[in-house]
Amino acid sequence: MMLNWFQHIGAFTFDILANTGRASIFLLQVILGIKETLFRPQLLIRELYSVGVLSLLIIIFSAIFVGMVLSLLGYVTLVDFGAESSLGVLVSLSLIRELGPVLTALLFSGRAGSALTAEIGLMKATEQLASMEMMAVDPIRRIITPRFLAGCISLPLLTVIFMSLGIYAGYLVGSIWLGVDEGSFWSQMQSKVEFGHDVINGFIKSIVFGFVVTWIAVYQGYNAIPTSEGVSRATTNSVVYSALAVLALDFILTAVMFV
Amino acid sequence: MSQSFITIRDLFFSRGKREIFSGISLDIPAGKVTAIMGPSGTGKTTLLRLIGGQLKPSQGTLSVEGLEIPKLNRKQLYQARRRMGMLFQSGALLTDLNVFENITFPIREHFDFPESMIRDIVLMKLELVGLRGARNLTPSELSGGMARRVALARAIALDPLLMMYDEPFTGLDPVTLGTIVSLIKKLNQSLGLTSVVVSHDIHETFSIADYVCILSEGKVAATGTPEELMNSNSAFVQQFVQGKPDGPMPFHYAANDYIQDIMKGAE
Repeated sequence: MMLNWFQHIGAFTFDILANTGRASIFLLQVILGIKETLFRPQLLIRELYSVGVLSLLIIIFSAIFVGMVLSLLGYVTLVDFGAESSLGVLVSLSLIRELGPVLTALLFSGRAGSALTAEIGLMKATEQLASMEMMAVDPIRRIITPRFLAGCISLPLLTVIFMSLGIYAGYLVGSIWLGVDEGSFWSQMQSKVEFGHDVINGFIKSIVFGFVVTWIAVYQGYNAIPTSEGVSRATTNSVVYSALAVLALDFILTAVMFV
Repeated sequence: MSQSFITIRDLFFSRGKREIFSGISLDIPAGKVTAIMGPSGTGKTTLLRLIGGQLKPSQGTLSVEGLEIPKLNRKQLYQARRRMGMLFQSGALLTDLNVFENITFPIREHFDFPESMIRDIVLMKLELVGLRGARNLTPSELSGGMARRVALARAIALDPLLMMYDEPFTGLDPVTLGTIVSLIKKLNQSLGLTSVVVSHDIHETFSIADYVCILSEGKVAATGTPEELMNSNSAFVQQFVQGKPDGPMPFHYAANDYIQDIMKGAE
């Protein structure tokens, strides 16, 4: 019984190590194709559209509502202490340091990451990737690298849009609706939010999340079991692993950057 | 037999614990149609993937035109694949491209030809498979047989020396079946290809194959011309070519005693 238990732990650990190794080799192959992708910008532009531009709507809507809710709740709390003039600081720091990068990454993994996994997985299941190999076209360089690069570029840009719109929505609720002084809303934000520290670190977070979420999405798709169940499982795994990775990495990055 | 185009010697290949090939040796002659046949699950498609370098054998040698495929590095392998064409069972057309774009795909990937030249090449390939008029259709608008013919046109887009067909006759109506059968023979003769056809359709395959190799249980069970195999004394070959349900090749998958198995369930 005890031996069996140890055997399971051993097999599980071995499985994790083997998977990490495979994913790392895969990442290396993807990165080696970047130079080729940069010489074929039309491939990258197409993927930037489907990964980035098509994710805009959900990012815009979420940013507006998150900014409005933050402002509303912040006002309710701050007004008790007569500190409602600090509302701008609260909204902006929350969005720039934490909510912007994390929520955009989670939404991105649900919208674009899952689509990438499903698309690549289906291409594998329908032998499109194998047929490319036989046409002497490397599917990693032709299919995966442009998508990976597009994800890495799109997420930080989407995060900037999320932060900006969230702050503006917060301003609309705080100043226009709830009557917080417009001047103090913006001036306090300006004096307390440091570009070099807060904005850059928030941006760095989004770069890390973009890299990890897209890596997970393309790896899950490329390694999907080529059946309908396999593709469905890979898509679920892509979203779940991305969410866990983003939340865990966010804790580590926050501890390193802001503590 | 003419000069060998593909030479396989003592080839071993396993998937997990299951041994697919246990030391097969085979010569595929240049300029001929060679059929690889055998019951389902004997590794016919696996053999094509080994020839194309998509899988690596655990032991043995496999050379195409004298090139030792498993030992090639990535660049050499992709170079070698430019001289190979493969028709997949599903067609494997790129679903986001139409018929014309599917055929231009390998050409655009490898050559920097002017558009007018690419158009001419594609139309010539489509004419060969009789689908010049379907160039603007998307894969979802094609029937199974049409998709396979488009895939065939795409497979010959780079003018390969070797064509591999994976189950080209499966699931086709009689008219399309006849078209594909004659296309394989016609392409082989007019383009001077070496063709390898993986199939278990005896009638169609025997009608176009110059040589046939029957695989069974990881070994080469029989080789010869279709006539030689039809007249073979081997019980296994006769069972296979005549489609007898039972014989040396058992109908039942290995299992415990039937009665014992049933009684165990009742307990």
